[in-house]
Amino acid sequence: MNEIIQVEKLTKVFPGDKGRPPLLAVDGIDFSVYEGEVFGFLGPNGAGKTTTIRMLTGLSRPTSGNAWLLGLDLTRDLPLIKKRIGVVPETSNLYDELTAFDNLMFAMQLYGVPRAERVGRAEALLEHFRLKEKRNTPFAKLSRGMKRALTIAAALAHRPLLVFLDEPTTGLDVISARSLRQTIAGLRSEGVTVFLTTHYLEEAERLCDRVAILVKGRIVALDTVDNLRSAAQRKTVLEITLAGENGQMVKKRLECENGIESAIQRIPSETGGQQVLAVDTLRPSLEDEFIQLTGLSVEVMLAEKGGKGGGNAD
Amino acid sequence: MLIDDLRSLVPGLLALTLLFGTSSMEAIVIVLERRLGSLERLLLAPLRLPALLAGKLLGGMTFGLTVTLVVLVISLAIFSPAGTNWLMLFLALLLSATAFSSLGAFVSVAVREVFEAQTLANFIRFPMMFLGGVFVPLDSMPALLQVIARLLPLTYSVEALRAALSGGTWATSIIDLAALAAFSLLFFILAVTTLARRIE
Repeated sequence: MNEIIQVEKLTKVFPGDKGRPPLLAVDGIDFSVYEGEVFGFLGPNGAGKTTTIRMLTGLSRPTSGNAWLLGLDLTRDLPLIKKRIGVVPETSNLYDELTAFDNLMFAMQLYGVPRAERVGRAEALLEHFRLKEKRNTPFAKLSRGMKRALTIAAALAHRPLLVFLDEPTTGLDVISARSLRQTIAGLRSEGVTVFLTTHYLEEAERLCDRVAILVKGRIVALDTVDNLRSAAQRKTVLEITLAGENGQMVKKRLECENGIESAIQRIPSETGGQQVLAVDTLRPSLEDEFIQLTGLSVEVMLAEKGGKGGGNAD
Repeated sequence: MLIDDLRSLVPGLLALTLLFGTSSMEAIVIVLERRLGSLERLLLAPLRLPALLAGKLLGGMTFGLTVTLVVLVISLAIFSPAGTNWLMLFLALLLSATAFSSLGAFVSVAVREVFEAQTLANFIRFPMMFLGGVFVPLDSMPALLQVIARLLPLTYSVEALRAALSGGTWATSIIDLAALAAFSLLFFILAVTTLARRIE
């Protein structure tokens, strides 16, 4: 399979200022993305996902390391790379005063789409993203979901081979997020390679062919979703319900590294003499694997991001 | 006598209109776009930084020149255009607009907020206004202030416009026009390199 993105030891250190030490945001990561796949970067706030996208799209300079996109060197051939990629940043940042149609036309002008093709493409994109009725509506007056859809449309207007999506469904309601996920899935069927970042585990599970889990600038896991799920499900976990203070029940998990029997024998030492009310065996999900790798629960990660909706993938 | 005194203020007024009109617009165009995120969209596009900034400069120059044109028409209607070297006037206005717009762009890419850009620009513009030969002829100033005035683009703008409006010769104005071109290039390069450094 063709490698569309190749990254070797990519590192980003932000210089310290005002008494703060330098920040190692991305720590020597290596990965590849193959043609036609949807590749996901999953991780909590501050993991380095957006910093990585910013480096790969030319908005930020790597401190060290190498990267090649579409066979082109990131350092030497950036203008050529920019012509061939589409980028959807986390914030929908088209021009408020321009209409949906005019924003698409401007985007195509920026990327050198032939004049004769612009109107047709703009109309087709508005149709595809269900924005035809909003053709002459200023961007500022569109709903959040429509703004997001139009931002993605603008990134696709010049028919890029590779699309970067930074947290595409953050802040969207469930219906808009679902619609966008369908669009992303549609890109894969058209042969477009997609690199997306997300903090929605379910979104990564549903959309991505492969996922890299990023924590504090490092890739702690990189595999297909199925393999990551299988790795989690090979383990058995005991869930112990304990009698807590004031009659409350407390749950504790115990991994069965050496079999269920040895895990059961560890219960008294692990529970510190608290009364055990129940013991259940669980088959962990990808979420459990994620929690173990990142040390963060999904709820904490969502709360950090302030995200709402988007959690119910289609 | 009074009318001659008032007429002598016209070049300075034109230069000031250009200075404030172009540099203020750069603060809005560049800093506000950065704040709203649309500048990032331009940085993602296959545009070289000089081309991107040149586009921004043209916006500021267009606004400043348009406003200055209104002031010019009114001035010439009051004071008569007789003796004006029109080609020299055109070049003087164009190069002044370029120099001031580039200065505004340099200030704007160095800051993050519109109020910061306006504050920093005023910090530069107001002293320049009093030192640039707008109200007080250069040769009436103390020697040290004359030296400082010669380092300011407004000085050359006022001199070039004065020469153009009074039918001055090219020999007297070529240095002023060349200085404005040099300032334009200097501030443009500074703006491009500062913006490039901001892509950290």
